[in-house]
Amino acid sequence: MRTGSAWSVPGTAALMLASLAALFAASLLGSTPLEAERVLAALLGRGTVGDQLVVVHIRLPRSLTAFTVGAALGASGAALQGLLRNPLAEPGVLGVSAMASLAATAALYTGYAAASAWSMPTAAIAGALAGTALIAFAALRTASAVTLILIGVGLSSFAGAAMNLLMSLAPNPFSLADMINWMLGSVANRSFLDLAFAAPFLVAGLCLLFAARRGLSALTLGEEAASGVGLNLRQQRLLVVLGTGLATGAAVALAGVIGFVGIVAPHIVRPMVDHDPARSLLPSALLGGVILVLADIGVRLVPTTSELKLGVVAALIGAPAFIWIAMQRRSVHD
Amino acid sequence: MTVEASRNQGTSGLTVSGLRLMAGGTTLVEGASFRLRAGELVALLGPNGAGKTTLLRGAVGLAHPAAGQAQVEGEDTAAMTPRRRALQLAYLPQNRPLAWPSPVRDVVALGRFAHGAALGRLRGADRTAVERALAACDLQQLAGRSTATLSGGELARVHCARAFAAEAPLLIADEPVAELDPYHQFRVMDLIRAFVAEGGGALVVLHDLALASRYASRLIWMKAGRIRADGPPAATLTAERLADIYGVRGRIDGTRVEIEGPL
Repeated sequence: MRTGSAWSVPGTAALMLASLAALFAASLLGSTPLEAERVLAALLGRGTVGDQLVVVHIRLPRSLTAFTVGAALGASGAALQGLLRNPLAEPGVLGVSAMASLAATAALYTGYAAASAWSMPTAAIAGALAGTALIAFAALRTASAVTLILIGVGLSSFAGAAMNLLMSLAPNPFSLADMINWMLGSVANRSFLDLAFAAPFLVAGLCLLFAARRGLSALTLGEEAASGVGLNLRQQRLLVVLGTGLATGAAVALAGVIGFVGIVAPHIVRPMVDHDPARSLLPSALLGGVILVLADIGVRLVPTTSELKLGVVAALIGAPAFIWIAMQRRSVHD
Repeated sequence: MTVEASRNQGTSGLTVSGLRLMAGGTTLVEGASFRLRAGELVALLGPNGAGKTTLLRGAVGLAHPAAGQAQVEGEDTAAMTPRRRALQLAYLPQNRPLAWPSPVRDVVALGRFAHGAALGRLRGADRTAVERALAACDLQQLAGRSTATLSGGELARVHCARAFAAEAPLLIADEPVAELDPYHQFRVMDLIRAFVAEGGGALVVLHDLALASRYASRLIWMKAGRIRADGPPAATLTAERLADIYGVRGRIDGTRVEIEGPL
């Protein structure tokens, strides 16, 4: 009965194929559907100028952004769940995304965002790191995940109120529209340049999380016993805080707040990898990416006059899932 | 220190000397000294709040001493890296919550963390050690089961197997038989005795005096943060001791203990 280990490798390979299929589907579908041959030709640098514009410059960067953001949030969620030993931990629930979004909104408001292409990612990452550090600090003082989630609620409310304040003070309707984009979460009109500026932080964050993976397994035993089997707790916390801060910050810099992907993806993956947080990292990242690419295809296909926001759709699907997972929990775990 | 003495220290386990442990300005353990050698099963006894858990945490280096030291192989446990420490001491804390419904084999494999084992990819010595520990604790049939479906007795064996899988020379266990029925108390103590018979050294917190006198080669008696007595059951388990340590009236007959009530 080694279901988890047996699943791990082919399952991850299947998710990689699914990722490619989802990205390809995202290039096919949209307000003007294209046939597979025309998409392939455009991707290979042939095809008409119009096709290339639609596929290479509009749809591909958009779907890649959705995938990257989903992957960052999926991995961050899996890592935070392992660190805090709770399936409800996630950058959105813990207020980390909201803090990143607040920092991004503040950067827009003050004009700092226009100063350089690095401004937006660094501001969002600073916000995310502040949020993650606060949660990790609180986790030192309490073993209760409920307390941490309540702190997350507080952080989210604070960030939301501060963003509302900035919005009501917005100097002009353009910056207001920009801010609303960050609050609601969207990957529309992203370019490869946006991706390139977020990528270094994202890759660094994911590398840190990957380095922390064995420690996440050890934390299954609880902190005291994990330390007893040889885990350096302080270093482990630092790795996960920095890793999720960088990855979530980069994701928010790219797409604003997109919640619940970090809960849903690891929740689906976990039973298939024997509930091992280490083995759930990579599949959670891939599945998070696939989910957001598919959700973004949905956003583009729904015939509405003004396009739905990806963050809104993700929350409409993810929040009920969150409630369902919370209701499945037995109180003995807290 | 003579060459002979230092070599003894190197091969004979854990040496705790003059340990003082504090938390928030309160002294929890004061002037604790004892040794744990290979081939010994030592029971740490004392009423609730005597400082037994604190002493264990100080001994394994998880709590930093305000004075004194705990040494393994001539090294301060509090100064060792968690990994080095884990290779010398297997520690079973009192609270053993499992965050996820992991399979039994994975939980046991976490005992190999300090050796670099990764779950689901056990090889060589790690795989052998895990299989040996599963066999020693009679868990082969349950190896693939989720720990969420196990009884308290089965779970206690899983934690023992996790500790044995580390193949550390010393085992420090905080109430390993708490909340177990008498049959499973004996089973777990048999496992620890087998570990000691193979050359390990074990320090175990117990509340059951009969169990302690039956299994332990030495008893360490604690009260109010201090060690009051340290010696073989025959020498230290007396009616006066029960009155002094626990405040109970009891009758001792060999290894038989009968508690009659509070003083």
